This record gives sequence, C-alpha cells and structure tokens, in this order.
Amino acid sequence: MRLRSGVFAASCLLVEALGVALFLRGFFPVAVRSLPRREARGDPPAEPAPPGPGMVSNWTKIPPPLFKKVVLVLIDALRDDFVFGSKGKQFMPYTTQVVEKGTSYSFIAEAKPPTVTMPRIKALMTGSIPGFIDVIVNLNSPALLDDNLIWQAKTTGKRIIFYGDDTWVKLFPKHFVEHDGTTSFFVSDFTEVDDNVTRHLDRVLKREDWDLLILHYLGLDHIGHMTGPNSPLVGPKLREMDNILKKIHISLLSKEEASLPNLLVVCGDHGMSETGSHGGSSEGEVHTPLLFISSAFEKRSGPLTQPGLVQQTDLASTLAVGLGLPISRNSVGNLILPVVGGKTMREQLRFVHLNGFQLSRLLQENTPAYEKDPGYEHFKIAEKSHGNWIKLYLEGNNSEILLNLGKKVLKQYLEALKTLSSSLSKQVAQYDMYSMMVGTVIIMEVLLLLLLSIPKALSSRAEFEVPLSPPLFSLLFYLMCLMLCAVHVIVCTSAESLCYFCSMSWLTAVGVMMLISALMCGILSAIAKIFENSRLPLKNLVVSSSSWSEIDVLILAGTIGHVLSLGASSFIEEEHQTWYFLINTLCLVLCQELCRNNFLLKEWEPHHSTTMKQNFDSVGEASECKNIDIPAAGNSKLSKATSSAEFIKGSDKWISLASPWIILICCRLLRSLNQTGVQWAHRSDFGHWLTSSEHKSELSFLAAVSLLMILFLVQRRCSLVSKIAMALGLLGVYSYRAAIGNVIFPWQHDSKDISKGITEARFVYVFVLGIVFTGTKDLLKSQVISADSSVKSTGLWEVYSGLVLLAALLFRPHNLPVLVFCLLIQTMMTKYIWRPLKCDAAQITVMHYWFGQAFFYFQGNSNGIATVDISAGFVGLESYVEIPAIFLTAFATYTGPLLWAIHLLCYLSSEVNRNSAAVGHGCFCYAVLRSVPVAIYIVLVTGLRYHLFIWSVFSPKLLYEGVHVFITAAVCLFFMAMDQKHSQKV
Amino acid sequence: MKEAAIRRLLAANLLCVLSVVLTAVVPAFFWDGFTVLGTHLTWLCICSGCVSTFNILLHLVLKPNLSPKRSSFAHKISRFLKCCIYFFMSCILFHAIIVLYGAPLIESVTETFLFAVLLSTFTTLQCLCMLGPNIQAWIRVFSKNGAMSIWENSLQITTMCTIFGAWFGAFPIPLDWDRPWQVWPVSCSLGATFGYTAGLIIAPLWIHWNRKQLTYKSR
Repeated sequence: MRLRSGVFAASCLLVEALGVALFLRGFFPVAVRSLPRREARGDPPAEPAPPGPGMVSNWTKIPPPLFKKVVLVLIDALRDDFVFGSKGKQFMPYTTQVVEKGTSYSFIAEAKPPTVTMPRIKALMTGSIPGFIDVIVNLNSPALLDDNLIWQAKTTGKRIIFYGDDTWVKLFPKHFVEHDGTTSFFVSDFTEVDDNVTRHLDRVLKREDWDLLILHYLGLDHIGHMTGPNSPLVGPKLREMDNILKKIHISLLSKEEASLPNLLVVCGDHGMSETGSHGGSSEGEVHTPLLFISSAFEKRSGPLTQPGLVQQTDLASTLAVGLGLPISRNSVGNLILPVVGGKTMREQLRFVHLNGFQLSRLLQENTPAYEKDPGYEHFKIAEKSHGNWIKLYLEGNNSEILLNLGKKVLKQYLEALKTLSSSLSKQVAQYDMYSMMVGTVIIMEVLLLLLLSIPKALSSRAEFEVPLSPPLFSLLFYLMCLMLCAVHVIVCTSAESLCYFCSMSWLTAVGVMMLISALMCGILSAIAKIFENSRLPLKNLVVSSSSWSEIDVLILAGTIGHVLSLGASSFIEEEHQTWYFLINTLCLVLCQELCRNNFLLKEWEPHHSTTMKQNFDSVGEASECKNIDIPAAGNSKLSKATSSAEFIKGSDKWISLASPWIILICCRLLRSLNQTGVQWAHRSDFGHWLTSSEHKSELSFLAAVSLLMILFLVQRRCSLVSKIAMALGLLGVYSYRAAIGNVIFPWQHDSKDISKGITEARFVYVFVLGIVFTGTKDLLKSQVISADSSVKSTGLWEVYSGLVLLAALLFRPHNLPVLVFCLLIQTMMTKYIWRPLKCDAAQITVMHYWFGQAFFYFQGNSNGIATVDISAGFVGLESYVEIPAIFLTAFATYTGPLLWAIHLLCYLSSEVNRNSAAVGHGCFCYAVLRSVPVAIYIVLVTGLRYHLFIWSVFSPKLLYEGVHVFITAAVCLFFMAMDQKHSQKV
Repeated sequence: MKEAAIRRLLAANLLCVLSVVLTAVVPAFFWDGFTVLGTHLTWLCICSGCVSTFNILLHLVLKPNLSPKRSSFAHKISRFLKCCIYFFMSCILFHAIIVLYGAPLIESVTETFLFAVLLSTFTTLQCLCMLGPNIQAWIRVFSKNGAMSIWENSLQITTMCTIFGAWFGAFPIPLDWDRPWQVWPVSCSLGATFGYTAGLIIAPLWIHWNRKQLTYKSR
C-alpha cells in the first residue's frame, strides 16, 4: 500500500495520541479509596476488648458529639501569614487576640498540591488526597460520590447551611437545607462575592434551626489573582473578615448553653504565591491557617508558641469526631488531639482508636501486604495496650498509674496514626505501571517508525510503500499477538492493584495488542529495508555532513538540546527561556545567512555557480540523506546562485538584512510583556503594569492600536467580504472588552455597569464563524472544481484570519500585542527571509514549530497549571457549558502553536508551485517534531516518578504535552486534508 | 616554513592563555579579597585590559600580517582611530545582542556592558589587530574557506570558540542551584573565557592536524 507522507504522519500521530491517553490514564493515579460507593458500610468498631474472659466493654456506638453547633469559615487563599504574621496582627486584631489569649487552638495546615479550590474542598471534607486529575475536572465539578463529612452529617440528620462558592453546591447537591452559591466567575469582583455571603449572616446567626454552617469567602482569592498578596486591597479585606469572625464568635458565645459548647473553625483552602496565583507547591501556596475556637478549650496560658503543623486532611477526621459522626472511609487524616483534649482519657482513647481503626481498614483494602506495614503493626500493639488499659479502668483502678498508662497508650496510638496516614498518602502515588508501559510502548514504536521513515518521507515524491502483507512478518505478527495476549492475561490476573488497561474490555485490549505488534512488524521491515539499501549511501553520509548549513546544525542541535533539557525540573519550569534562546539564535543565524547571500554571492558569483554545478550531483545525492528533496534542493541552490543578482534590489536588500533584527526586537518586547516561569515570575512586567486599574486608558489605547494593526496585517490577502467582516469583528472585540470593563471608550469616563458582554462576544463569534465558513467554502471549491491554487490559498488564509479573530476575542487585552507581533513576524519572515533564502520545507517547519512554542510562552503561559486562563472558556457564555468551554480554553492556551501551524500550512501550500511535496513534508516534520519530545518526556517521567517535584513540575508539564499532542494530531489531520486535495488535483 | 609558522602561532597563543590565567591569579596577591567570582566586575575589567594590551603587544612584535605598503604616520593615526571606533561599536553591538537575548535592559547595565567589552576583546580586538579596520577582509575571513593564512585560521577558531563559550555559558542560568557563578553575567563570561582559551589551544593543534589539507590561495 502506498501512502503519502502527510497521511502517514497524521495516522502516526493519531496512534500516538491513543498511546498518550493510555499513559496519562495510568500515570495520574486514582485516589486511595475503599469501596467505590459509600453506601456499603460496616458497623463502627467497639472499644478493644480487654484481655481475659468475661470482661467486655459495652461501648460499641459512635461517641456523642462534642459540639452543638459548628461554624466553618473558609476564606479562599488565606495564607498562614495573613493570620499569624504581621499582616494578621495589623488587620485582624480580634482574631489575633483570640489566638493569643482566647480559648483557641491554632495550627498551620499543609495543603497538598494541586492547590486549586475544588480538590482542596474535597480534601477538607473527605480527608482523602484528591488525585492530580481532579484539576482537569475542576471546571465542572460533578457531585462528590465518596464518603464525606457533609454526607455523613446529612444522614445523621444534621441541618447544614451553606453560603459561598457554588463549587460546594455542585459537589454536594441537595445536602444543604439552605444555600446560596456565588460563582467565582468575575475575578475582578472583590466585594460582591463576599457581600453575597455576609448578607445572610445576621439572620442565620439568630436562628436555631441549624447544626453546621459553612461560609466560603472568595474575595481574598480574587484580590490575590488580580493584584497579589502585597496589594493595598488585602488589608481592608482581612479587616472585613476579622469583623465577620468577631460577629460569629460573639453570637456563638452568647447562645451557648450549659449542655454543649459551640465550635468555630477558620481555615483557608490554599494559600497564594508571591504573585498571587496558586496551583503549585511553593510554601506560600501550601501553608494555610487552621483555627479552632470554642469555649470548651482551655484558655491559652504561657507565651505564644509557633502554631503546629498539621495536614489539611486532618480537619475531616477532627470535625467528624467533633460532630459525633463516623470518620469518612477514605480519609487519610489524623485526629487533631488538642481539640478533644478536654475530654476524659477513656474518651480520648476511644477517639484515636476509631481513627486508627478506620485508617487501618483503608490500608487493608488498598494494600495486599498490609500486615507488614509498620503503621498497622503499631496500631495492633496500641490496640492491645488499649485493651489492657480498659481492663484496669473497668476494675476501677483510678490512680495516677492509670493516667500515665493512658498517656502512654495515647502516644502509641498517635505514632500509629501518623505512620498509617503517611503510608496511605504514599499510596496516592501508586502508578498504574501496566497501562503506562503499554502507552509508552505504543509511543516509542510510533516514534521509531517516524524516525526510520524520515529519508523516504522527505524524498521528492513524499510517498512510500508500507508493507502490509509480507508473509514472514505476518507469522511474526501472529506470534507477537499471541505472546502479548498471554502477557496481558498473566499481568491482569496477577495484578494486585487496580489497573485501567485490565479493566478495559478484552476486545479493546486485543485490538491494542494487535496494534502494538503491527507497529513492531512495521519497524522491523523498515529496518530490514534500510539494511538492504545500506551499502550504497554509506559514502553519501560523509558527504552530507560537510554540506550541512549552519541552520541545519542549529535546528538539529536545538531540537536535541531541548529534548534533553526536559530531564531537569528547572529547565521545565523555565522552558520559555530555552525557546527564547533558541529563536534568538535562529534569528542571528538567519541574519548571517542573509548577509552571506547578499554580500558574498555577489562578489563570488562566477566562482560559486561553477562550483555549484560541479557539486550538483553530490549535493543531490547528499540531500537525499539530509532530508531535502533533490529537485527542490538543486533548484534552490542553483537559483540561489543565479538569481542573487536580481534578488538584490536596493531597499529590499536592506529591509531583508534588517528583518532578523526587527524580529529580535519584537521578541525582546514580547518577552518583557509577560514574565513567566517560576524563578523570575515575580519580576515586574508590562502585562501587570497594563492590567493595574490606574493604567486603564493606556491599556485601552494599546488594545485599540493592536486591533487596528491586526486588521492591517490580516486583510492583505483576504477577499473584500472577509475584510469587512474582520473589521466589524475586531470592533466587536473591543466593545466586548469595554463591556466587561477591561478597557474604556474615550467618551466613557465613569466605569458604570459591568456586564458579561454576552451580546458583544456572540456578535464576534458570528463573524468568526462567517469568515471560517467562507474560507472552507473556498477550500471545497478548489477541491471540487480544481481551480487554480490561488483560490485555495485565499481559502486557507481566510480560515487563518478567522482563527486570528477568535484569538483576538479570547486573549486578554494586554496580550493583544502578542497577536500583532505574531502576524508581523510571520509577514516579515515570509517576505524577506524564507522566500529569498529559499529554505526547504523541513527547515521552515522547524522554524514555525520553534516560533509557535516561543509564542506559547509569550502569551503568558508556563508549565504550571496556574497560568491557564480559564476565563477564556466563559467568553460569550451565560454559564458553564462543558464542551465549548473546554474548546475555547484549549484554543486560548495553545493559540501560539496553533496559529503558527496554520500559517505553516498557508505558506507551504503557497509554495506548492515550487515544490509539489511541500505540504506533505511539512506535515511529516511537524509530526516528528511533536513526537520526539513527547516520547522522550514520557520515558523521563516514568523514570522520575518518585522525584520530589513530580506533582508540582513534571505532571503539569506532562498534561501540557499530552494536550499538545491531541492538538497537533488535529492540525496534522487538517494538513492531510489539504495535501489530499492537492494530490487529487495533480 | 609552515612548521615554523605553526610553532610561532602556538607560542603566541600559549602566551595569550597565560595572560588570561595570570589575570585570575596575580591580582589576588596585590589586593585582598579578590576572587574571580566575588569581585567579578573588577576581574572583567582586568581581564579585558590585560588581554587587549597583550594582544596589541604581540601583534606589534610578531606582525603576522605582512602588509607590503609602508604607510605614513597620519595614515597610521587614522587607522588607529578607526580601530578604536570599531571596537567601541562592537561593544555596543554585543551589548545590544545580549539585551536581545534577554539580559535586563536597565538594571545591571554595568555587568552587561563589561561582558560585552570582554566579548569584544576576545573577538573584535583580535580581528582589528590581524586584519585592520577593513570590513571586506572580515567578511572574507569569516565566510567559508576564506582564510588565507594560519593566523586567519586561528582567528576564525578562537572567535567561534569564544562565541560558543558565551552561548553555552548561558545554559546553567535557569537552574535553581543558587550557586555564586550562576549570577548574571558570571557564567557567560566564564564560558566566553574558557571558550577563548580553548580556542587558543585548539587552533594550532587543529592547523597542525589538517596542515596537509590547508592550502591558502593568495590574492
């Protein structure tokens, strides 16, 4: 079967996307859980039986609640130093006084990354550590099905009231007797979100018909996102929170009766970094305060000590005990002992025993060899001494010895709890190795196949034979299939932990096995072919190495260097530096090439063209190994020499020489627009300057100028209709931004009503769709009537300009210059660098890919989850709708690479007259460029899976890479379609 | 003839290497607290100063480019002034390129500029000594197969090595090791220096190795 290289590359990428999906599924572990459903549950354990016959403790029920009413105040992004640090002393006087002198216990709760709201709420309420994958579904939070505190409280008949972030309402639907959710949709809203919560407070505090009140305040988080932790807005917000806490505390105290005290818990879901964002694992992001305030506690005596460090998950167990509920089954938290410190020794022991029993059962259900776990052993020992203690207790022994013995047992229990929960937390990082291996094998095979077919795929025909049915390989194929299936059965039957790949239906599994063996056979046959032909070209390889130009060397070294740099966490955090460095060097090398073209060729022309003619054959031969198609290379080199005289035309020459420098300056400006990465992210940049509220007029001016520039740069190659549509669309973009309050019109001076700008955004969407539709129509026309290629290139350009318009809508206004510079650089490159230098398709593809990657970071992205601009997913939508939101967010995030990829297609199809296989070559190179880093990175991540930074650095990057593969696969399909049309035409 | 020339080149280059090494070692005897890392800016000044004076002296002594025509004193002066201007311009150009590569524009300007001066010393100054302020000659030397003597070959190699050294020197900057040599521009200037010395040593060896293939056309 003959395949064009475009088709081949696209299908390879599709298979690779499958492999990546499988790997990702295996890599991101599912959280530790006992049974999938919460319904099935056993009875709570009794107190450990004292040894000896006839003595049985009769305490088999869950202990009664310790507190009557509990108020949980969750302040989003409350960092520990906002309460315990100097800010707390300054702005939260009441809280500070309670912490220092009142009846309270204060702790620093450590949140596990990802420090994003929804996983943190889950951790607080279930006590389990949500998997990393929860970040992805953070946007649409489905109901929480695991056993959790809220569910437990509801089933025991507690009445819960909730006000605040509506994530809770989505997580716990129908759990609250009364709720009022506020969306955290408008990040620029600092007061409304909190007033929405506080307005209910007075009424609710007077009432008696509730047991648990949960308040989630969002304002602080919004302030952090917009202005950072050191902004002047933080102080007043903290003061507001302090007053609210004071009000609640006083009201709780006044209502207290003799029977049971009330409890006020203050905590944060996550902190914030020095720039005000969150999601990572820096100290500021993971350290949150945790305050328990109740009259049941002893007044603090003695000097103030540093608050102790606990885990965020500990809150669930502690609250469960406090409310007299069973501890959630999946909780890995420990009881915070001081909270129950006022109780008798017997009760305290009972509490820790319940906690330990729950943890050890969770361990039993998750590890086969639980009996050897040190935590489990400790727990068994502690349980035994607990029994002895009870024996003494029931005998009526009431002396000092009993108390001391009890303390000893308590200590043993705490030790056991700590070990148990740490070994359970480690379980979260239990990888599904089998799925990962299968995914990796597929990806590596695809990569090998792509690499082996480079010489063929980049030949002038861009076609190659794919052997599908040589008999020898079919025997091998069946043997391999059989063997792999046997391996599959063996692995799956002996698997101790959960395995995704095993849980798939056996038909799918067999399909995957057949795919793997088919790929393997393909690779073997490709290798065999290479060996067959290897006698002749060996000589050419030597020749080829000498004829490599600087650009080729740089491209190869850059690609390899970038892939190698992925092994270091710092280089991943600062990957933008790598790309900026590479494109700068690329520009300088291009500049050198242009100089040589302009100055030297003129001087040495006669000499050069003779040598060219002499070397023509060898160059031709060499270029086959060197990934250049023969006629194109020959043509280009010859015409390079002969046409140099006509090429140099006065001013054009100087613009051409200056263009790399202009591009360099553009890149430098863009680099200082958005500081990204980790180490230097806190440096001031233009982006922050522009978004601060006092520079609104500057931002408006910049946005307007950028939109005009976009129009100017895009309209050159569009038809008249799309020109008008584009202009109207860009006007719509500006009015959308004005409507949501990012920019202002010159005649509008008061920042009045801020709406969601739905109408304006939809107005722009209409034009985007219109332009893309016109483009597609042209493309179809060019295919059906096989008209001249100009129709096709206009069509492509129109699709491209439609995407530019969409990007202009989704980009934040301060990022619009990125789009302008993107278009500007593309125009200059096309006109003054690629055309005159006559670069071949492979080189141009690599340059597009590099610039695409650099623009990914220019627009403010990084390899951390926190920089994904989720607000792009809400443009023009009333509420969260899953599919469009995901599509829009993905598009906004990957705008840079996508626009450059589509531009590559535009450029290559306009070059079709010169080199008929250009599109196929481009598609193939693009696929190779994407597969190499992904494949190597996946292997690296597998090797580094116990690295300290795996969750904070490597996993987010893995997600980015995975999504990029899916997007590239889609782009390659588009390429393939374009290539197909061309082939039919010819 | 050729062997002798190569030996002369080797001697000259080794002397250059020695001068670079001395700049790192000698000032420590005269000045307490001098280290290459600690007082990096001073070292940059000393190193560029020493290497440039040494190169000029060497050039005056050896006269590798045998310019046939004797020129007048006024001509020499104008040549010298031209050289100075070229040198200054190359400093500015290097500074601009470094800023384009991402060095901060306003803060640590001194560091960046001194680094640019160091780079110019290692590259431009040598070219000026060897070729004079003659752009055409420069373009000829730095194009493929343009060298016409072993001195020009050596010039090519050292210049390339310096630039590559500075380029590679930027690699460790993003790593989070918090070492003193990761501070801007220490790693880059050290890279450039190592590249320069490596180039000086490699050049004679490479020429010696390839002396059969190297045939110089004369103009």
